[in-house]
Amino acid sequence: MGTFHQNKGELHGITVVVKTSGNEIFVGRCDEVRPDGVVLLDADVHREGEGDRSPEDYLRQAAQFGVWKKFDRLVVPTDRVVSVERLGEVEA
Amino acid sequence: MPYSEMLVAPMRAELTSAGVQELRTAEEVDAFMAKPSSSDLLIVNSVCGCAAGAARPAVQLALGQDLKPERTATVFAGQDLDATAQARSHMQQIPPSSPSMALFRDGELVFFIPRHRIEGRAAAEIAGDLQAAFQEHCTAATV
Repeated sequence: MGTFHQNKGELHGITVVVKTSGNEIFVGRCDEVRPDGVVLLDADVHREGEGDRSPEDYLRQAAQFGVWKKFDRLVVPTDRVVSVERLGEVEA
Repeated sequence: MPYSEMLVAPMRAELTSAGVQELRTAEEVDAFMAKPSSSDLLIVNSVCGCAAGAARPAVQLALGQDLKPERTATVFAGQDLDATAQARSHMQQIPPSSPSMALFRDGELVFFIPRHRIEGRAAAEIAGDLQAAFQEHCTAATV
């Protein structure tokens, strides 16, 4: 028994990695994929060149333990989205 | 905002009926964590679909085997807020995740399954991960 929201698409409720055409990678729980963008909840962002972790190291750690959220909700605009994949399918 | 207890009670029962001790307050969490056994499994329960379809059935499957942790306990995220916060304080290096499962050996966190390793997977697969962790970290079988 649980709660379901099946009208929001197959990625609803799934933690995803959104790679962009810029230097940012977003990780968050997908609320829905809309024509204007990917809506993420409890999301984190990694910007290449910030901090001491490479994008690969960031994703590896995210895949192992998850991410600390920086945003309750954000929309990654469609024209910046390069790929959306499940964090659970990223090798830890 | 917590859901109605009437809605949540069956979700609690899915774990407690499998022998999992429910920790409803911060004090109960502290009491549980203060005296670690050789192996303790702590499950963060949740109202979400992946808890219903995968996490709780996986725990039931894994605990149905001979080899399992000496003690198992659960807190309910979004429902028992203080208890959940206190449980997470014992996993400070890990981002909050619900549902999730944490295995402690002699009080030290040795294995963790976050929500994103539960989403979209079959209960049997997750139970297999738990059993593998039990094989590695639970030195003595309890029946």
